Amino acid sequence: MIGLSHYLILSAILFSIGLVGVIRRRNLLMLFFATEIMLNAANIAFAALSSYMHDLSGQMFAFFIIAVAASEVAVGLGLLILLYKKYGSLDLDDYTMLRG
Amino acid sequence: METFAFYFFAVLITALFLVTVLSQNILYAMTSLAAGMVLISGLFFLLGADFLGVVQLIVYVGAVMALYAFAMMFFDATGSIKERHSHPALVFLLGGLSAVLMVVIFAAPQIGQHVEALYPAAAGANNPQAVGLVLFTKYLVPFEVAAVMLLVAMIAGIILAGKKMERSLSKINDSELEQNGGKDEQ
Repeated sequence: MIGLSHYLILSAILFSIGLVGVIRRRNLLMLFFATEIMLNAANIAFAALSSYMHDLSGQMFAFFIIAVAASEVAVGLGLLILLYKKYGSLDLDDYTMLRG
Repeated sequence: METFAFYFFAVLITALFLVTVLSQNILYAMTSLAAGMVLISGLFFLLGADFLGVVQLIVYVGAVMALYAFAMMFFDATGSIKERHSHPALVFLLGGLSAVLMVVIFAAPQIGQHVEALYPAAAGANNPQAVGLVLFTKYLVPFEVAAVMLLVAMIAGIILAGKKMERSLSKINDSELEQNGGKDEQ
């Protein structure tokens, strides 16, 4: 039988995968992917809590998270396009302008 | 049956997202991310959140991943990318530590027994009906604010990505193009 803790632990595992991606990645597009993974992990936790507590608030928060993620992608990709036009690359190491 | 479905989805999602995080190819990363999103909607259906599962399919797989695909064409990122990793062991140590922290945080509602339903699901309504009942009564103001936020994001995306788009290439006649020569290449 699958309990609430199964879903919460799965969500924690997925969140830490996304976190490792955010720490490890140097490419900005890959950083965006890792952010999406983290948002989805939070969504799973919300949906599981909402289902096991018989409360719809969790699903509402998941909807708003999806809306936030969609707007984040729209604005973020616009900024990425501007950065790519300016520097010709998406690598974070190419954006270092201060050198000591 | 439910147990089998849960473990099936969980293992596949974890593997696909690991591919997303560890792969050196943006195309592989994006494809596995999209597949993982589809399987996550399967988890939502398993939890009885039908409407959330459908929204996940439409918005994430349909809209967000399509947007990423277009961006990938724009960035010409089909080859593998090179990244400089300075401290790989430190990264996994930090990730593991935060994973333990996350398990504790997410398991906290299990340990605390004082969690109770604020808005219980309406009896006798199936999931989309119950979602509509709650969304348009208790969460009406956040819903409208989210609509305004999406509008702002749309305008911001158009403004940011669409600079110099008023110069349509198809409207320039040939003599003008030959005059300018290679100047517009950048």
